[in-house]
Order: sequence, then structure tokens, then C-alpha cells
Amino acid sequence: MGASLATIWTLARKDLLLELRSRDIVLAIIVFALLVIAIFTFAIELTPSRSRDVGPGVLWAAVAFAGVLGLNRSFAVEAEGDTLDGLMLTPVSRELIFFGKLLGNFIFITIAEIVIFPVFEALFNISVLQVETIVIALLASIGFSAVGTAFAAVSVRVRSREIMLPLLFLPTSVPLIMAAVESTSAVVNGGSWSDFSDWLQLAIAFDVIFVIASAVLFQFVLEE
Amino acid sequence: MTTPAPVQQGSPTRATGTTQPAVLAVEAVGLEKSFGNSAVLRGLDMTVRDGEAVAIFGANGVGKSTLLRTLTTLTRPDHGSISVYGRDLSKEAESARLWLGAVLHSPMLYGDMTVRENLTFFGKMFRVPDLDERIEELVARLGLGARLEQRARELSHGYQKRAALARAMLHRPRVLLLDEAETGLDEPARKVLDTVIAEHRAAGHAVVMTTHSIERGIAESDRVFVLAGGRIALDAPSSRVTPDDVTDLYSDPGEA
Repeated sequence: MGASLATIWTLARKDLLLELRSRDIVLAIIVFALLVIAIFTFAIELTPSRSRDVGPGVLWAAVAFAGVLGLNRSFAVEAEGDTLDGLMLTPVSRELIFFGKLLGNFIFITIAEIVIFPVFEALFNISVLQVETIVIALLASIGFSAVGTAFAAVSVRVRSREIMLPLLFLPTSVPLIMAAVESTSAVVNGGSWSDFSDWLQLAIAFDVIFVIASAVLFQFVLEE
Repeated sequence: MTTPAPVQQGSPTRATGTTQPAVLAVEAVGLEKSFGNSAVLRGLDMTVRDGEAVAIFGANGVGKSTLLRTLTTLTRPDHGSISVYGRDLSKEAESARLWLGAVLHSPMLYGDMTVRENLTFFGKMFRVPDLDERIEELVARLGLGARLEQRARELSHGYQKRAALARAMLHRPRVLLLDEAETGLDEPARKVLDTVIAEHRAAGHAVVMTTHSIERGIAESDRVFVLAGGRIALDAPSSRVTPDDVTDLYSDPGEA
């Protein structure tokens, strides 16, 4: 177990180092998400009640669409130097490679959310920096990372991978996006945990199913 | 979920029933691989013994790279089996990869990481003991000392190939697979590659290389394979093969 965790961390740490050098992924997610949020603040006349009505939808649509950009990039790095082949030549199971990439993507999305949420709160004037929203954000990040890592691996060897990933990722993530939007909406409207527990359960179920399914799928999509 | 086993030099099994009592490093039986309607490997059989260097020749597109990728576990054959020191790649690929070191067309290095960071990363993936010492040893052997702290993308093609060799040899593989590794190398880099091959053979390990440099391939190897029509069309000791014997068997893969 310890050796597996060390391998997962070695893989994720490598992705963090590469990101630190290039700043491709996190910057792309943040800039795209903030642009979407900024456009909506201009497009909608934001009254306090309207902010609470449409704000959660805008926030999670921005995070999901921006996340696709980052996830695409995380595997493009492996494709460019054929380093994915290098990883596959190591005596490490494909599942561990999946979990290493998943952890890296989870950290990138979470870092982006740490920047996006306060800006969103300031522009929409609704409080999303609460424990409940942080839990929702973590669950959403796990699900996005799991689905995105598996589908990015599917798309990486396809010529039109920039189109392929959103086509696979966004429809699959709809239940998770719905759960995140409805939960966030309940929180900003003063609801308690019990008001959105069904949506939280949906998000947890989505994460469990897609983390396991994606890990299994991953080994098949990597091999020619 | 399985974890990578630590690097070790075990006791490979001995082949039985052969006239030469050598350990079988690689054994491929009935390999078939198609891409769409194009059959590349058509029931290919081959063996490589421990301590033997084998040069694989063949026309462009005949399937040399596919064969090497299949031997490295990167490509799954449609039919047939491969074993490395008796380990069936379809069942024990992870542990068999400990025996294999490969330099394919691309150096498989992270461009934004230095040579040292690349080697450290791959060394950890192979759980190489005393990794820092091993890196220093390889760097000295391959003449990479001055490039160790340079990012991989900043290196010339020749130094990228040297770094790729270092990556492939980090875990002391018993089988070195080289896919046209000499392509684009200048004379000093080629000499380094020749030395690596010679030392690997001298250590009693196996080398499987594809090359278009026929004279060089014959000189560097103990045995020659010519791939044509998806099979081994010639399997002969290098000492008994001339470049003409090899080129006579070259055929357009489209005609096969």
C-alpha cells in the first residue's frame, strides 16, 4: 500500500513540477473560468436574488468548461514527447498511473477553484466560501478529475482530441454538474446540509462509480 | 492494484530441448498484429538467447517497430505469445518490464524537466536502489555530465538519445531493445551507443536492435533476422550473412 501511494505521489509530483515550469494547465482553467464569470456579470443585471438564482449555474458551468481545457493539456504533455509510452514501459500497473494522473488533475482543478471562488463571490456578491461549498467543490473536483483523466487518455491519440474530450467529458459529467449547482444553490439561499443531502449523495455516488470505472477503463484505452 | 516490485536480477529459467543450452531471453510464438485491414505481423516466431545481440532488418513499413513495441508490451498482439525469461507478457507484463529496457524512436523524456529530474522520476518508477549513484554512474558512462542539469528539450538529438539510453538502462535491464537507435547520431554518440551494446553483450545480456545500417547491424550482432511478409524470412548467424543476403529479402510490405 505504501509503495502504491509513493508511486502515485511520484507521478502527481512530476505533473506538478511540469506545471510549475509551464503554468499551462492551472492558468488556462483560471483565465477561461474568470472570463466566463466576467461575461455573465456584464450580461445579466445582477440583483441579490438574481445572483443567487443564476450564480451557482454560472460558477459550475465556468469550472466545468474551463476544466476541460486543463484536462486536455495534462495528457497533451504526455503525448508530445511520447512520455506516455515511457510510463507504460515502467513496471507500474495502469491503475497506479491513472491514480497518479488523477491526483495531479485534482490538485490543478482545486488550485484553480481557490482562485475562481473568491473572484466569483466578489463579482456576484453571494457567499460561496463556506464549509458546505468547499465540500461540494472537493466532490466535484474528484469527479471531474476521474472522468477527465480517463477520457483525456481516450482522446490523447485521436487527431481531433481538443474536440473529442469535451464531447465525452461534458455529457458524462452532467449529473455531477447538476449536483454541484443544486447544492451550491441551496447553500447560497441559506439552506442546511439536509436541504441538499440528496444532491450530495448523487455527487458521492458519481465519484465512487467513475473513479472505479475510469481506473478499469484506463488500462484498456492506453494499450494499442 | 499492484505495486512495482523492486529491481532485482533473478534467475532466468533455462530453455530445454535446444541444442545450445542457453537461457531464452525472449521467445515469441505465432505473433500476429493487424492495424485495420493491414496485417503487419503474420505468425512471427523468434527467440533471442541470453548474451546474444540480434539485429532485425527489413524494408520500411515491414513491421520492425511494431515487433519491438510488441516485445516491450506497448502493443498487444492480436494472436500469439511472448515470454521474457519465461514470463508470459500477457499475464506478467509488469514484472517482465523489469527485464526490459527500450530506446524507441522518441526519447520519451519530459522536455520541461532536466536530465537529472527525468532520470530520477523514471528511476523511482522502477524503484531503482541507490538511484543517485546509479544516475551518476550512467551519466559518466554515457558522457552526459555537462548536460545533467539541462532541460531535455534543450538537448541536441544526440544528447537526447544518450539520455534516453540512460533512462532505458537505469534499472539494469537484461534485454535492451533498440529501435533504429543510431539514426541521426553523430560519430561520438554512435561510438557511445556501440560501447553500450558491446558492454551489454559482454555482461551476458541480450540486445534486440532494428537498424537500416546493414553493415553496422551485422558487425554489432551475433544473429541476424530479416523481417518480410510479417515473418522472419532469414534467421542466421551474423558471421554467415552478407549485406546482399539481407537486401535480397527486402520486399515492399504492400506486396506481401
